Amino acid sequence: MTVAPKREDYDVVVIGAGPAGLTAAATSAESGLSTLLLDENIGPGGQVFRAISSTPVTEHSQLGADYWVGADLVKTLRASTAEVIHRATVWSLDRNLDIAVSIGGASAFVKAQRVILATGALERPFPIPDWTLPGVMTAGAAQTMLKSSALVPDGRTVIAGQGPLLWLLAAQILRLGGRIDRILDTTERGNYFAALPHAFAFLTSPYFAKGLSMMREVKAKVQVVSGVTELAASGDGQLASVSYVAGGKRETIPVDLLLLHQGVVPNVNLAMAAGVDHRWDDLQLCWSPVLDASGNSSVAGIAIAGDGAGIGGANAAVVRGRIAARAAMEALAPAAAAKLPTMATLRADLAKAERGRVFIDTLFRPAPQFRIPVGDTIVCRCEEVTAKDVLDAVAIGATGPNQLKAYRRTGMGPCQGRLCGLTVTELMAQARGKTPQEIGYYRLRAPVKPITLAELAAVPKTEADIKAVVRG
Amino acid sequence: MTKSVDAIVVGGGIHGCSTALHLCLAGLKPVLIEKDYAGRHASGVNAGGVRQLARHIPEIPLSIRSMGIWEKIKDLLDDDCSFESYGQVQVAENEEELAVCRARVAELNALGFTHEELIDAAELRRLVPAVAETCPGGVVSRRDGAANPAQTTTAFRRKAQQLGATVREGVAASNIRQSDGLWQVDVGAETFAAPVLVNAAGAWAGTIASALGEPVPVETVAPMLMITSRVPHFIDPVVILRGRKLSFKQFKNGTVLIGGGHLATPYQDRNETVLDWKSLATSARTVFELFPVMRSATIVRAWAGIEAKTKDDLPVLGPSSRHKGLYHQFGFSLHGFQLGPGAGAVMAELIVNGGTQTRIGDLGIDRFHPSTL
Repeated sequence: MTVAPKREDYDVVVIGAGPAGLTAAATSAESGLSTLLLDENIGPGGQVFRAISSTPVTEHSQLGADYWVGADLVKTLRASTAEVIHRATVWSLDRNLDIAVSIGGASAFVKAQRVILATGALERPFPIPDWTLPGVMTAGAAQTMLKSSALVPDGRTVIAGQGPLLWLLAAQILRLGGRIDRILDTTERGNYFAALPHAFAFLTSPYFAKGLSMMREVKAKVQVVSGVTELAASGDGQLASVSYVAGGKRETIPVDLLLLHQGVVPNVNLAMAAGVDHRWDDLQLCWSPVLDASGNSSVAGIAIAGDGAGIGGANAAVVRGRIAARAAMEALAPAAAAKLPTMATLRADLAKAERGRVFIDTLFRPAPQFRIPVGDTIVCRCEEVTAKDVLDAVAIGATGPNQLKAYRRTGMGPCQGRLCGLTVTELMAQARGKTPQEIGYYRLRAPVKPITLAELAAVPKTEADIKAVVRG
Repeated sequence: MTKSVDAIVVGGGIHGCSTALHLCLAGLKPVLIEKDYAGRHASGVNAGGVRQLARHIPEIPLSIRSMGIWEKIKDLLDDDCSFESYGQVQVAENEEELAVCRARVAELNALGFTHEELIDAAELRRLVPAVAETCPGGVVSRRDGAANPAQTTTAFRRKAQQLGATVREGVAASNIRQSDGLWQVDVGAETFAAPVLVNAAGAWAGTIASALGEPVPVETVAPMLMITSRVPHFIDPVVILRGRKLSFKQFKNGTVLIGGGHLATPYQDRNETVLDWKSLATSARTVFELFPVMRSATIVRAWAGIEAKTKDDLPVLGPSSRHKGLYHQFGFSLHGFQLGPGAGAVMAELIVNGGTQTRIGDLGIDRFHPSTL
């Protein structure tokens, strides 16, 4: 069923129903603030708890105990007065906190006193030769199919890359009876030493025991090749083989499916389009919003929680959602805020939830050759722009991603840079001997997700439909 | 340490870049100062229309001069600027509008201008097969077309630099002053001095003119544009409407640019604009009605560039009426892109020769002098 928002104005609008958004919306609504939760998916959960209310995978051990935490968050939300709309794509947010949202093919406009962005993360691009072939997928896409439809690979399957989610996905595929022929681990050997100083925090965090047992579980069943330093897909119109180098030795294996993953990065498009300041995070190698300790961004009234605020994982996302909701209450309903745990308590909870994160970030920092491609490797999938094309544009004067648009249209396709932005920034930074911060990022504009012309045309008319003739 | 140059050009839009280039071609060594980067604002993000069609009469000579340069733009810049010439068509949606078109073309013909041509329904359909069948005709300017604005502005900047212009990007010109017959401008830690100063600072030019004692009734505006996903090729010329705010252009790659002058709210100090989706919806409705083929296309992005609009919608182009060596080139009021190449050429002639053969008499800053207002 499709429903438009009931009101035009809300105290709090939360965007995204992952762990941070679920928590923020429930907390905010429980305190009496009029709260709207807008979410793009067909049900609550985001990616971590995807299909939490509908998954056909009902044997709890298969998706793991951490997944089922989501069910409690949804229960709390549903018990609250928050208005929740799914299949709702927010396509514009500006610094006046005007929100445009597409629901069931019709757009509505709402205004908020406070906006909490909980738009989560997306997978880091993994631009290797022929990564655009059918048969090459991201691990996240595979996990979406697994959670929502219990679909697992049954052909010859290779998983390549690194990071906690890669091991989690591998374990989930195996538990559901799926096939994995080989795992190609691209973690750089040097990272183990670099991460060592942070090991104590990690060893005493909940990640450690869980991570270790998951890797053991996977390694017992699948051949794992570590220290992979080169990786390429190939095939004629369809993936046929994967070749890689490990320990100086090249090997090529025939495959039907290649799943790529080298970590997740904040999904910044909506925040950037709203004018929120971001900075380059040298450890996580991505753009993160500039936030204060309550999650408030540089745009008054917009707070960011969850992985969109910087990758911290599901537990941290829940706490950040609570912090952002408390900040909204302090601004709009101070009396109600007093009933919540204090900010100091919440920030201590956050520190606890983030324990071990630096170790993980350092260990799983993707290697340069998998972030910064060369030659004919595609950088921008929408416009089929190669690494060489980008360097050629730099040579004739493109100084940053926005100038590059004029030459190559990178970032101007439907994905709005989600699949190429980080690659372009790092590639141009390397070519020009600058830092990614100096090179900058695409200026992102609404609609953050495409809408049809017919849908925009159907927006109710205003009196300002002036018929003067001015043009440029 | 003050660096002496022949001219200081403030503003790295297409006008400043074009003037810098034409000064170089005349043998001068200018410095071009741009607070962001060349083409950051309106010059780089406008609709790219290369249009003589439907211009105010006082700027038609300049537009025609410019058109001649556009048609040889590759020879001038070593860059084709993605310039294409499939004409621009103004569509009349009813008989009343067609009558206005007829009168306009007759007026131009009487003045000796022949670039605008009245067309009937059949010719309109031949040029723009996808237009709604109720439209009775319009006007065409066949030499018109479109170019890539960012590519063009960058190409002017690059060529000027190759020919000896000093370019400073990323630092604003400040402390503009005149002493001993020389203009002096600070750029960060540097100071440049020259006998000539060109104010081509776009949305920021009004402030400069004011500070130099020549206020002009000018406001900052941000016309909005939006672009669609790729749709099958269906139109070659740029289309504008006689009666409603709309401009419409399909690129080679299939994407369609929709503009027409609906305004965003500019936040000039932050280099930002906030879009007005209710107005963009009006543009979408117009396209929906006139081009049924576009109804299922998706809008992938919308934006607005910041620029200056004068009270009479005409640019300020020519020497200062107060200060020797000061020249103004701003206020192009949503239609400056096509004029850029020509205005730079004219400006270089004014500076080097003290005059130009191109009629620009109605564009002088003295029209805003307090005594004439």
